[in-house]
Amino acid sequence: MGRVEGKVAFITGAARGQGRSHAVRLAEEGASIIAVDICHDVDLIAMPLATREDLEETVREVEAIGGRIVAREADVRDSAQLEAALADGIAAFGPPDIVVTSAGVVPFVPFPTMSEATWRTTIDVNLTGVYRTVKAALPSMVEAGKGGSIVFISSGIVFRGGGLVVDYASSKAGVVGLMRSLALELGPHGIRVNTIFPTNVLTKMLDNEVFGAVVSNAVNEGRPFESREQRVEAMRGMLAARNMIPLGWIEPKDISEGVLFLASDEARYITSESLRIDLGFGGK
Amino acid sequence: MGSTVATGRVAGKVAFITGAARGQGRSHAVKLASEGADIIALDICEDLPFAHSPHATWADMEETVRLVEAAGGRIVARKADVRSREQIDAVLAEGLEAFGKIDVVIANAAAIAYKNVLDITVEEFEATLDVNLHGVFNTVQTPVRHMIERNEGGSIILISSGVAYRATPSPDYSAAKTALITFARALANELGPNRIRVNTIEPGYVLTPALDNDKYGERTAELLGREPFASREEHRAAMWDQFKPRNMLPVGWVEPEAISNAVLWLASDESRYVTAEELKVDAGFADKSA
Repeated sequence: MGRVEGKVAFITGAARGQGRSHAVRLAEEGASIIAVDICHDVDLIAMPLATREDLEETVREVEAIGGRIVAREADVRDSAQLEAALADGIAAFGPPDIVVTSAGVVPFVPFPTMSEATWRTTIDVNLTGVYRTVKAALPSMVEAGKGGSIVFISSGIVFRGGGLVVDYASSKAGVVGLMRSLALELGPHGIRVNTIFPTNVLTKMLDNEVFGAVVSNAVNEGRPFESREQRVEAMRGMLAARNMIPLGWIEPKDISEGVLFLASDEARYITSESLRIDLGFGGK
Repeated sequence: MGSTVATGRVAGKVAFITGAARGQGRSHAVKLASEGADIIALDICEDLPFAHSPHATWADMEETVRLVEAAGGRIVARKADVRSREQIDAVLAEGLEAFGKIDVVIANAAAIAYKNVLDITVEEFEATLDVNLHGVFNTVQTPVRHMIERNEGGSIILISSGVAYRATPSPDYSAAKTALITFARALANELGPNRIRVNTIEPGYVLTPALDNDKYGERTAELLGREPFASREEHRAAMWDQFKPRNMLPVGWVEPEAISNAVLWLASDESRYVTAEELKVDAGFADKSA
């Protein structure tokens, strides 16, 4: 008997990284998965986003452990796409009990040169995308009348300043306000809303040349790194100093354990909680 | 010592729990034992003159022992006062003798005077701090030294309270419980390099003997400005109605097991990178607009 046996989980940004890890971990504990991801790059966001092949890999990993999954390409900036993906998932498994909003982007642009279009894109994906995700899932959850658990993935950056992330930090802090008010409104339905704040996780969001340039400017006098290994080691040193437990980053599965706990009935009385999984980053 | 291999989410770990004779502390002991941990338990098992409500008894502790053993766990349980380092260390020595190590510390023992700020005396204020704050310092320092020496990390869980976020008419209790949060943050920062994690849990209302007793019934009647309750059931019903509007989820309180679920998660390696966290298990109490 798994810890989320028989539940249905709707996960955005599920093609790779943390989102994929949540899909696999929840499936391992008995949940059926409705997974969405944009599966293509986005204008003004320099970092490469997930691909269709990545989403297929998530499907393979979930099915390899005996899980069930409906995976669709959908953009959290488009409610119709989210609703269509959910409709397919609901037809297969029934309404979601769990919603995990993992889709997110970070352009790493300095504030003085940041365009309003870039700012709007980040907010549209990271904050309004969360609004649209919940909006799409909620009617079926309320109608089912079984309560539910909504888990937002914010960021430790909410608690401390960081360079080149004014748009990202603002979007991730906005999610906290969304959580508190939503938790209050949905409490009578037994629907819980909580937020996880990860410290750095070494997924493609950081393990790329765009963030490599940020690291290079911070600790390598702007000189390019000769190899990925060199870049990752510089990153490790730079980031470890910011955490109480002196590691550079944690694994996607560490965030998934928090998602699993909040998604399960073990957390049946936890709502409006800000759960940091962050090596002590937020408090240091 | 048995030769069976423990299974469960905290299999093979040893947890030290204060205030373990009843209520939340007992629930934590039983939950961790059911997931494979061995338990070192203490409780004062006597009333404190300044404290408002009756404390646990040795018979309560014997019940904890029975329940832990029924869950398949081993336990060393002793009568001891968290205000005395000597008493704590004596229990820890016996626990270490039996189980060889300490992986998890749960500082749960607490007391409360239940007096308004204008009525409470400085002696009563200090007496609460003695148990709820100095007692926590006493509880963690020896295990931390052991953990550093052993060099395999550890998880320290301090039971704070939702009163850290919302006003309540208990200045002594509020002050002590809130101080635990910054104490935990400082400790987490200092012990991070040793992989010793320090977190707090902020429970909302939990129905344990700390609230569910006749003395607290008198206090509730006084706060509500009404006649004394005719029965324990009537008091419970009034408390449920009194607390429910303060929570986002439509309940008056949560069960001790809800807190134990969070204790289990923080004690386990599932949360191996969680430190300096304030984990609210409160039905949305802290964040609700009054």
